[in-house]
Amino acid sequence: MAPILIPLGGGLLSFIFYRKGFSISLLASIVGISLRTDGPSLLMLLMTGVTSITITLYAAGYFSFRIASPSKPGRHERQLQFFWPLWMILLGSLNGLFLAGDIFNIYVTLELIGLSAVALSALSAKPSSQIAAFRYLLVSLLGSLSYLLGIAFLYKTYALLDLDMLRLVPPMKGAHTAFALMSVGLMLKTALFPMHFWLPPAHANALAPVSAILSALVVKASFYLLFRFWFDIFNDLVTPGALFVIGLLGTGAVFWGSIQALRQHRMKLLIAYSTVAQLGYLFIAFPLTQIQEKLYWLPVICMAMGHGFAKTAMFMASGAIFLHVKHDRINELTGVRAYLPVTVFAYTIAGVNLMGLPPSGGFIAKWMLIYAAFEMHKWWWGIVIMLGSLLAAAYVYRVVSKLYVMPPDTIIIEKKAHSMLLEWPPLFLAILSLILGILAPYMVSILLLSKKLVSIGGIM
Amino acid sequence: MFAGGWLLVIILLSSLIPGLIIFSLEEDRHVFRSVLNMSGALLKIILVLIMDVGILFGQSYEVRLRLLVDIELVLHADPLSALFCTLSSVLWLLTTLYAIGYLENSPNRSHFFGFFSLCVSVTTGIALAGNLITFLLFYEMLTLTTYPLIIHRGTEQALKAGSHYLIYTFSGGSIFLFSVIWLQTLTGPIDFMAGGFSPALIQAYPTQMTILFLFLFIGVGVKAALIPLHGWLPAAMIAPAPVSALLHAVAVVKAGAFGIIRIVLDVYGIKNMQSLNLLPILGFAAAATILYGSVKALQQDDLKRRLAYSTVSQVSYIALGVSMADQSAALIGGLVHLVHQGIMKITLFFCAGNLAETLGIHKVSQMKGVAKRMPLTMLAFSVGAFGMIGVPPTAGFISKWYLGIGSLESQAWWVLAVLVISSFLNALYFLPIIIKSWFQERDQPYPDEKQFDTFETHWMLLIPPLVTACIILIIGLVANSEFSPLSWVRFIVEDYLLQ
Repeated sequence: MAPILIPLGGGLLSFIFYRKGFSISLLASIVGISLRTDGPSLLMLLMTGVTSITITLYAAGYFSFRIASPSKPGRHERQLQFFWPLWMILLGSLNGLFLAGDIFNIYVTLELIGLSAVALSALSAKPSSQIAAFRYLLVSLLGSLSYLLGIAFLYKTYALLDLDMLRLVPPMKGAHTAFALMSVGLMLKTALFPMHFWLPPAHANALAPVSAILSALVVKASFYLLFRFWFDIFNDLVTPGALFVIGLLGTGAVFWGSIQALRQHRMKLLIAYSTVAQLGYLFIAFPLTQIQEKLYWLPVICMAMGHGFAKTAMFMASGAIFLHVKHDRINELTGVRAYLPVTVFAYTIAGVNLMGLPPSGGFIAKWMLIYAAFEMHKWWWGIVIMLGSLLAAAYVYRVVSKLYVMPPDTIIIEKKAHSMLLEWPPLFLAILSLILGILAPYMVSILLLSKKLVSIGGIM
Repeated sequence: MFAGGWLLVIILLSSLIPGLIIFSLEEDRHVFRSVLNMSGALLKIILVLIMDVGILFGQSYEVRLRLLVDIELVLHADPLSALFCTLSSVLWLLTTLYAIGYLENSPNRSHFFGFFSLCVSVTTGIALAGNLITFLLFYEMLTLTTYPLIIHRGTEQALKAGSHYLIYTFSGGSIFLFSVIWLQTLTGPIDFMAGGFSPALIQAYPTQMTILFLFLFIGVGVKAALIPLHGWLPAAMIAPAPVSALLHAVAVVKAGAFGIIRIVLDVYGIKNMQSLNLLPILGFAAAATILYGSVKALQQDDLKRRLAYSTVSQVSYIALGVSMADQSAALIGGLVHLVHQGIMKITLFFCAGNLAETLGIHKVSQMKGVAKRMPLTMLAFSVGAFGMIGVPPTAGFISKWYLGIGSLESQAWWVLAVLVISSFLNALYFLPIIIKSWFQERDQPYPDEKQFDTFETHWMLLIPPLVTACIILIIGLVANSEFSPLSWVRFIVEDYLLQ
C-alpha cells in the first residue's frame, strides 16, 4: 500500500500548494531550502503525480508477474527490493525539482534524480543494460558538473542563487558563461540531438516500468529547467541566433530520431528513439516562443504532458507484450491482439498522440507551434513539425500494423494473474494523452490563475 | 422536439457507445452484438430524422466546446450536414445488416463491428462539423477508424493496401492541417457559413488565399480520390465487401467530396471563389478525374476494381457540379449526386459481394449467365448500373440532367462534352456486364458455389441491395415530390445562392 500512497501524496501535494504556502528553512544563509510553485511547475507536478501513480500500479503488477514466472529464481525479488526505494527517491527529487526555488537546490535534486535514475536503469542486470547504465551515469555526471560550474560562475557574478531575484538582475559579464554552461549541462541531460547517444540504449534496456519513468519524467525535468531558464529567468541573455540554433538541433532530433526509430527491429528501441524525436519538438518550440504572450508555456507543457503520458503507456504496453511473448522483435508480433487487446489498443491510442492527431495533447501543442510559426513568419518550422508528424505516423504504423494482424494460425497465450495491472494502467494514460486537448482549458486556467501563487523561500 | 445541440451529441453517441460496447464483447455473443448494432443504427436514423424535421422548421442545433482562444470544437447542423447525415445513417443501417450476414462465422467480429460503428460516428461528426478544426478532427479520426477495417483480413495484400491508404491519407491530412492553421492565422477562427469569409481578406492576401485553396483542396482531394491522389482507392478494394461499401458510399470518399463542398461553399464562398478565379481549376481537376476513372474502369476485369475506378470517376461529378456553383442547376446536380452516387454505388458493391460470397465470382469474365442463378442480385445490380449510366428514371439521370442544364446555363460546353463522353464510357463498362449476365449462357461451373434453401443467397445479403435498388428507382421517379433528396438539395441551394 505504501508505495501507492506516497506518489498519491506527491500528486495531492501540488494541490495543497495551490492553496497554501509552505516553507522550510534550514540555514539562514545562502544554502537553504526554499520551495515555491507557479502555473508551469504545478502542471509538471500534476503530470508527475498522475504518471507516477499509474507507473506504481503497473510496477506492482509487473514484478508480481515476473516473480510468479521467474527466469532465474530470486532475481526478481532482488530487483523488487531495490526498485521501490530508488523509485521513491527519484519521485521525491522530481517533485523537489519542480518546487525548488533556487538554482542550488535544483542542482541537488538534479543530482539525486540522475543517480537514482542510473541505478534504476541498471536494475535489469543484463550486460547490455550495465554498459548503457554506465554510459548514462557518465553523461549524467558530466551534465551535472557543467551545471554546477555554471552556478559557480553565476554566484561569482551576482552572489545570488534565488530564482526570483536572478530574474530581476541586469545581464552582467560572466552571466553569459554561466548561462551557457548550465544550458549545455541540461541539454545533455535532456538528450538534445546530437547529445542523445546515451538515451536509446539506456531507456530500451531497462525494465519496462523504469523505461517509462526515464522517458516520461526524468528527461522532462531537465527540459523544464532549460525552458524556465531560457524564457523566465535569463531571457535577457537569449539571442535570436541561439534560439535558431536550438531549433535546428531540435529539427535534427526530430528527423534523426524518427529515421532511427523506423530502422529498429526491437519495439523498445523504436520507442526509445521516438523519445529522441519527440524531445526535438520541445526544442523546436524555442524559436517559436514569444514571451509577451501570456500562454507561452502552454505548447511545451502540452507536448511534454502528452508525450509523458503516451510514452509511459507505450513502454508499459511493450513491457506487457514482452512478458507474454518473451521477446519484442517487431516482425514477430503478429497475433498479439488476440490475447492482449487492451494493451494493443493502449499502444495505438498513445501512437495517435505522437502523430499529433486531434484531440490529443500533441495536437494542441503542434497547432500552437505551427500557428506561432506563421504569425512570426517562420513558416519553415511548421513544415518541419508536419514532416515530423508524418515520420511519427510511419514508425507508429510499423508496430501497430503488426499488432493488428491476426494470422489464422495465431496461438492464444493463456493470460496469467496480475494481467489486469499490466493492461489497464497503460490504457488509462493513453486515453488521458488522447483527451488532453479537451482538457486544455483547465491547463490554461492553472497556468493563468496560479501564476506566482506561492512564493515562499527560506533564504536571505 | 429536442432543443439546442444536445441532439447532435446524442446522434454521435448513438453509434459510438454501441461501438465501444461491442469491442468488449466476447467473440461468440453474436446475437447480442447484432441486436446492439441494429438498434444503434435504427436509433440513429430516428434521431437524424428528428433533426431533419427540426431543420426544416428552422430550428438551429449547435454545440460549442472551446479548447483555447483560437481552437473551438463546434457541432452545427445545417441543411447540408443533414443531407450527408441522413445519407450515411440510412446506408449504415443497410450496411450493418449486410455485414452481419456477410461475416457470419468469420473470426474477429467484435473487432470488426466495433470499428464499423466508430467509423460511422466519425462520419456523422464530419457531417455535423461546424468549423474547419472540428472537420479536421473527425477527418483524421476517419483515417484511423477505417484502417483496421481495410486490413481486416490480415493478408499480405490487405496490409499493403492498408499502408497505401495510410500514406495517402496521412500525407493529405498533414497538408490539410498545415493549411487550416495557415488559413486561421490570416482569417482568425471562422465557422462554416454560407458565403464564406469576407472579400476584404481576398483583396488583402490574394496569392496566399489561392495557394491555401489548392492545399486545402489537395487535403480533401486525397479522400475524394481525385487524380493523381486516387491510388489508394482501387488498392483498398481488397477489403471485405461491406467495408468497400462503407469506403465508397458511406464514409471515406464521401467525406472527401463533402469536404470539397464545405470548402468551396462555406469556407471560401462562391463569390470569393469567383473573384480568385478558382472554380475552373476545380472543374478541370474534376473533369480529368471523371474521364480518367472511366477509362481505367474500362480496362479492369476484376469486378470490384472496375467498381472502384467507377467511384473515382463518379465522385468527381460532385466536384464538377460545385465547380459551376454560380449556376443553381449545376450546384443542385452536384450536391444531389452526393446522395445518388452513394446509393447507387452501395448497391453495386453489395451485389459484387453477393457474387463473390455465393458463387466465388470476382471477375467480369466469369459472369456469363449469372443472372439465371441469382436473378434478384443481378436485378439490383442492373438498376445500379443503369443509374450510373444515367438512364431515366433512375436517380443517376436526375444528377446528370441537372449537371447538363447547369453546364448549358453557364455555357461551359466542355463540361457538357465531358458529361456525354463519360456517360458513354459508363455504358461501355457496365453494359457488357449486364449483357453477359442476363443474355449469355453459362459455359463453366461456378468457382465456389454455396447453396441456400429459400433464396438465391443469404437473406441478409439479399435485402440490402434490393432495398437500395428500390430507393434508386423511387428517388428518381418522385424526384419532384417534397421529400426527395432533390427537393432537400434545392432547399440547401436556395440558401447559398441568396448570398
